[in-house]
Amino acid sequence: MIRERHLNALVLGALLALPLWGFWAEAPFMITLATRAAILALAAVGLNLALGLGGLVSLGHAAFFGVGGYAAGILALHAQSFTPMMTWPITIQGTTSMPLIWLVAVVASALAALGIGALSLRTSGVYFIMITLAFGQMLYYFAVALPAYGGEDGVSIYVRNAFPGLNTLRPLPFFAICYVLLGLALLLSWRISVSPFGLALSAARQSEARVRTVGIEPYRLRLVAFVISGAITGLAGALFADLNRFVSPAMLSWHLSGEFIVLVVLGGVGRLLGPVVGAGLFVFLEHWLGGVSDHWMIFLGAALLLVVLFARGGLIGGLTAGSRS
Amino acid sequence: MSLSLLLEQILNGLQLGVMLFLMSAGLTLVFGVMGLINLAHGSLYMIGAFAAAAVAGATGSFLLGLGAALAAAAVAGVLVETLVIRRLYARDHLDQVLATFALILIFSEGTRWLFGSFPLYLDIPAPLKGPVTFPGGFAYPGYRLAIITIGLAVALALFWLIARTRVGVRIRAGQADREMVAALGVNIARLYTMVFALGAALAGLAGALVGALQSVQVGMGEPVLILAFVIIVIGGIGSIRGAFVASILVGLTDTLGRFLLPLAFGMVMEPSAANIVGTALASMAIYILMAAVLVVRPTGLFGAAT
Amino acid sequence: MTAPVVELRGLSRRFGAVEAARAVTLDLRPGEIHALIGPNGAGKSTLIGLTAGSLRPDAGSVLLGGEDVTRLDAVGRARKGLGRTFQVSSLAMELTVLENALLGAVGRSGQVMRLFRSALCDRDLALLARAALERVGLVEEADRRTADLSHGQRRLLEVAVALTLEPRAFLMDEPMAGLGAEGSRRLTGFLDRLREEAPILLVEHDMDAVFAIADRISVLCYGEIIATGTAEDIRRDPRVRIAYLGDDAA
Repeated sequence: MIRERHLNALVLGALLALPLWGFWAEAPFMITLATRAAILALAAVGLNLALGLGGLVSLGHAAFFGVGGYAAGILALHAQSFTPMMTWPITIQGTTSMPLIWLVAVVASALAALGIGALSLRTSGVYFIMITLAFGQMLYYFAVALPAYGGEDGVSIYVRNAFPGLNTLRPLPFFAICYVLLGLALLLSWRISVSPFGLALSAARQSEARVRTVGIEPYRLRLVAFVISGAITGLAGALFADLNRFVSPAMLSWHLSGEFIVLVVLGGVGRLLGPVVGAGLFVFLEHWLGGVSDHWMIFLGAALLLVVLFARGGLIGGLTAGSRS
Repeated sequence: MSLSLLLEQILNGLQLGVMLFLMSAGLTLVFGVMGLINLAHGSLYMIGAFAAAAVAGATGSFLLGLGAALAAAAVAGVLVETLVIRRLYARDHLDQVLATFALILIFSEGTRWLFGSFPLYLDIPAPLKGPVTFPGGFAYPGYRLAIITIGLAVALALFWLIARTRVGVRIRAGQADREMVAALGVNIARLYTMVFALGAALAGLAGALVGALQSVQVGMGEPVLILAFVIIVIGGIGSIRGAFVASILVGLTDTLGRFLLPLAFGMVMEPSAANIVGTALASMAIYILMAAVLVVRPTGLFGAAT
Repeated sequence: MTAPVVELRGLSRRFGAVEAARAVTLDLRPGEIHALIGPNGAGKSTLIGLTAGSLRPDAGSVLLGGEDVTRLDAVGRARKGLGRTFQVSSLAMELTVLENALLGAVGRSGQVMRLFRSALCDRDLALLARAALERVGLVEEADRRTADLSHGQRRLLEVAVALTLEPRAFLMDEPMAGLGAEGSRRLTGFLDRLREEAPILLVEHDMDAVFAIADRISVLCYGEIIATGTAEDIRRDPRVRIAYLGDDAA
């Protein structure tokens, strides 16, 4: 059996090696695939904080992904067309600077998560699932009803946004940016998981009465976790917009929310690198099965069904046989 | 704004409402009796619509299509329940979400594989094609009126089933205490399969009825599924009465919101801006309604208070 | 006489037609173990819920250190210094023994919103948690998964978590259950010393233990306190004999 720590190093190494090989072999689509995997992994790292650590089955995380994406798309649109976003009471201009866009994306998706979380965390269980799904759908319809930003057609980012000192138009530097951000998010989620906060959050998932008895209010814990979770997923959304140079309501669709959960579970719920493994596997399946059959989703669905019914614990769980050392 | 236009919108809202009730009744029963969240309920709706369109297209009979929809959805329900869902009752909600999400992928892609990506069309049966004119001159499409009638009839039949029959007693007992019902010797597995098939057939019926108003295509069940979730949150899990009241409420709020909000904003804004703001707000109206109910009663209007 | 640490004043609670608590008045004084006994269905669980704050009374009030805490929930009362243990274990089963104790220390410290420092590496938290485990004799099990503990060990861990809170009063729901004779004797000895730190309201089925260490005993029957007094008083009380042994006993 493999130790989880070694497996983690292997996973991160593989995610780095793949695009480097793609660069050397002049196969840029490999770099794009790895970038896509890194971004989806980042979104799932965000979700894993709520789902894995907090036990909050959010079926609305695409909403935060989409809010981050639209933050990038809208800021870039205004910068590219030289029109201010708003003129009253203060003038706000668009921007093509990635760090600024990330900041806006993180703040906007955190605010969305605060609003949705504050309401949906009043409930639990099936209600929580349905309500996060419903609020996600609300933002989806809101985006569809925004004619200024393309409605159903969305917004195009004509030139990928800029990062000081790097040529983001080339695939490898853009991958590097995504990889580093993924690494930072993993570091953050690891620190949180071993902190007093993470301990209490995890305990609240297992026994709410226990946490209340030591004088800790689970609602506050969960809300903070949900907001951080939404913010990380929102950052991933901004990167995803830059990867595709396009934002549309599809980024907010509930199918994507479902797929995020699938990513987390394929890799292993609550495992630090579960989202990365899940995202890698998902992009791999999407690419290769997609090449084999137009109806590859049937196979994905069947595989998922088998995993849920017969192989709980995901891929990391299977490889490490449940040992968490 | 004329009175007859408003009346027409109210009836449209009612028609949307009863159709949503057909969807949410089965869902809320499955939640209440088996404690299961079933994302694939929208797929059963889609199966009903496709079965109706295919059979009506081949035979030319709308009624045969309707029968086929009920049968196909019920059979699919029994198959899904015995093969997959049954293994999920004892699992946590995450497993239920994932497995039923997987079922959606399989059903959607499977349907696309069988029928292709182009939508099918289901014709409104000839006798119901024209409008029905009421005394006073108000006219309303006969088919939509038929949907309202069928929906209300099904609702009455369901109330009767739950309140008056032996099956209904068992369903209510199952909601209150699962172990006890099993201990009393009721075949719980068969009861579950029956409840699931009943819910599936109702979803299939809804899909077939709506199929004649819209195009029949893959994914058509999902927006309706999410509306059904909103309804269950508003009405309270497991309550058929709650599902009915919330369905009508959501149907009316959505339809009248889309109709009235742009008009209302038009009184204080220029028409184009009013249309944009009104439409955007109307698309969010039912979710705002849900949020309001959550703040006042987190377990829904007819849910058990904790 | 010193002021009581916990005071229940006229607590009532109905569930439908059942009066699970009827005008219950009871106090817990500094340095004492006050045991609450009663036949099954007497309303002990209800009374614990009302005291801990997980249940709301229909009437009456709860005072902690002279302060009215009736309106506070379980979280608020824990913060005011009520240390509760559960009859059915409420521990986080996937965490280690030490982590469960740490959770108490985190609650005590009020530092739950610290997101970026490791809980295990924090000296103060770890000292508090380990000291509590040491006192109940679980320090050797610190790194085991809680789910792997025996039922008796889980009860001890419940007590250890309550210790980390350094409460002003303990509320213990059947801590002896599942301990066996030897474990029960050891825990009895421990509680005997613990009462000097903070008084204990003890709900317990183990009558030998109750009669051995309780300073006072209250008997609950159909939601009402039918007698309160020393072990000797209670043994002699005819109403108690009727409640437990039936009419012939009187």
